[in-house]
Amino acid sequence: MTTGRWEHLEHGADIGIRGCGSSLPEAFAQAALAMSGVVTDLDNINPVDTVAVECEAPEFDLLLIDWLNEIVYQMATRNMLFSRFEVEICGHQLRARLYGEATNPDKHQPAVEIKGATFTELEVRQAANGEWIAQCVIDV
Amino acid sequence: MKLSLFTQRDENTWEIPAQGRMRVPAIIYADRALIEAMDDKVYQQVTNVATLPGIVDHAYAMPDAHWGYGFPIGGVAAFDAEQGGVISAGGVGFDISCGVRCLHTGLGADDIALAREPLADELYRRVPAGLGSTGQIHLGPRDMDDMLRGGAQWAVRQGYGTPQDLERIEEHGCMPDADPDQVSEKARHRQRNEMGTLGSGNHYLEVQYIDQVYEARIATAFNLREGDVVVSIHCGSRGLGHQIGTEFLRLMATSAASHGISLPDRELACAPIKSEIGQSYLGAMRSAVNCALANRQIITHLTRQAFDAVFPGSALPLLYDVSHNTCKPERHATNGEARLLYVHRKGATRAFGPGHAELPAALRDAGQPVLIGGSMGTCSYILAGTAQSEQRAFSSACHGAGRAMSRRQAKRQWRGRQIIDDLKRQGILIRSPSLRGVAEEAPLAYKDVSAVVDAADHAGLAQKVARLRPMVCVKG
Repeated sequence: MTTGRWEHLEHGADIGIRGCGSSLPEAFAQAALAMSGVVTDLDNINPVDTVAVECEAPEFDLLLIDWLNEIVYQMATRNMLFSRFEVEICGHQLRARLYGEATNPDKHQPAVEIKGATFTELEVRQAANGEWIAQCVIDV
Repeated sequence: MKLSLFTQRDENTWEIPAQGRMRVPAIIYADRALIEAMDDKVYQQVTNVATLPGIVDHAYAMPDAHWGYGFPIGGVAAFDAEQGGVISAGGVGFDISCGVRCLHTGLGADDIALAREPLADELYRRVPAGLGSTGQIHLGPRDMDDMLRGGAQWAVRQGYGTPQDLERIEEHGCMPDADPDQVSEKARHRQRNEMGTLGSGNHYLEVQYIDQVYEARIATAFNLREGDVVVSIHCGSRGLGHQIGTEFLRLMATSAASHGISLPDRELACAPIKSEIGQSYLGAMRSAVNCALANRQIITHLTRQAFDAVFPGSALPLLYDVSHNTCKPERHATNGEARLLYVHRKGATRAFGPGHAELPAALRDAGQPVLIGGSMGTCSYILAGTAQSEQRAFSSACHGAGRAMSRRQAKRQWRGRQIIDDLKRQGILIRSPSLRGVAEEAPLAYKDVSAVVDAADHAGLAQKVARLRPMVCVKG
C-alpha cells in the first residue's frame, strides 16, 4: 500500500513542489508527480512510453535537484509529459523509469514550461513520524 | 514590509544601512504603497546580495521587486573583478537574456480594427508558442556554434530581418566574447528545435496601440504617436539558457566554499569573475544572450511575414530590444572614477541615459528606450533612460509588473475561457494553446504595472514616454 502524496506550495512568481512518502524513493517519485502537476493535470497523461534515467549526487538535496532537472531535460528534449515514476535510490545513486506520452497541446493544455529546479526552499528530510519529505521551488 | 526597516532617503528611495555581513548598503526604489506591499523576502534577498565579494556602491531592488532565487527579481548589483568581484548564475537567472523588443508597424489602431481576427490568426499560425512547440529551424552542431557566437547578427546573415535592425539591439545584436565551448551538449540538445519559439509562462507577442504619450520630445525621437500600433515580443533564450542556468547554478553553489565564499543562501551561487568557473560561466552565459537575441530576431521575421500576409507591403522597423536577465561588463563612474563593472540585472532593464555612446545616433539625444511589459490585457509602457539613471542604479530600471498572486491561486480563481471571452469584449484577442495557461496568467494575477512605472519615473530610474494598450496577444 502506498502512503505517498504530493502538493504544491505557494511562491510569488513560481511554484513550490513537495513530495512525501514512507521512503526516500517514494518522496522523490511524489515530488516528480508534483512537478508534472504544475504543467498539466496528471489524469490527462497516458503512461504508455518509458524512459530510463540515472543520476548521482553527494547529498540527497542535490540528488533531488539533479533528479528533477533530469526529468525537465527529458520532457524538453523528448517532448513528453510523465505521470508515473519508479525510483530506486542506492547510496547516492538514483535510477528511475519515467512513464508518459508525447505532449499534445490540445489534450494536455500545458500551462507552463518548466525551466529548472532551484535551491529555493530545497529540503530533503525525514520527519519525526518517519515520513520522507522532498521539496523545492521550480522556475517556470 | 515594515517601513521601520529602512532609512528613507527621499520619497522613493529606501535604504538599508550596511549591517552584519553586508559589505555595502542596499537600496529599494519604490513608493510607500509598493514597499509596504512588497514581499519580506525582497529585504532578505537584497541584503544577502550586499554580502557578496566585490560588490560596488549598493545592492539595488527596483519598484517591481519580488521574491526570486538568491537575488530578488528586480535586483541590480555591480561587481569589480579587480576587487575579488563575483559573477552569479543566480543573479542572472534561468531565462538568460529574457527580454522585450518593440517593432513599429506604420499602422494605426483603426487599420488593425479592420483585420483584427485574421491578424491574430496569422500571428498565432506563424509564431510557435507554448510547451513543446518547435520552430522551422533545426540547428546542426556547426550552425549552433555560429548562432551562439553571432546572436542576432547571425540571424540577419541567415535572412531573418535586416542589418538596420542590429543597431537597435543592445550590443548591436551580438554579445562579444561568447564561448560556445562552454555550452554543454545537454543545453545544445534542448535548443535544437526551439529556435524562433516564444516559449510559455509569461512570454508573449502582443499587438498594441499607443493610447497616451507623456513626453512628446522623446516620443518623437522614438517615432511614437498616439494611435500608432506597435508589436512587443517578450521571450528569452529558451531551453539552452535554462539548461546553462541549471548547470552553473549547481556548479557555483557546490564550489563557492573552494573560492572562500560563504553563501548566505545557496541560490546566490557565484564564483569570482577571475576564476575558471567564473570565466566558463561568462562564456556560456554570453552564448545564451546571443541565443536569446537570435531567437527574438527570428520571431521578428515571422511577425513581419504575418503582417505582410494581412497588410501587404507593411514594414516593421525595430524600435529597440532590451534584455532583463543579464550580467554585462559596463563602465560606470563611481566615486568620480570610471570603472569596468559586471552589472547583474535580474528582472531589471538597462536604462542608459541621453548621450551614451552605446545608443544609436537617432536615439542618442533621447536616451535608451526602456520597454516595460504588462500582463495579458493590461498596459505596457515605454520609458527612456535619464541623465540620473547611472547614478541611481548603474543605469537600470524595472522590467514589468511582477505577480500579485501565485499560479495556484490564479488557477483556482479563473477559467481560461472566461478570461478570453472577457478580454474579447474589451477588444483584446487572445490566442493561446493552453486555457489553463491563460487562467494562470490572468491580468489580475499581476500587480498594477502603472504603479511600478510611476515609481520608476518618480525615482529617476527612467522617464515615462508612452503607454501601450493591447489589441492582440499570442500567449505561450
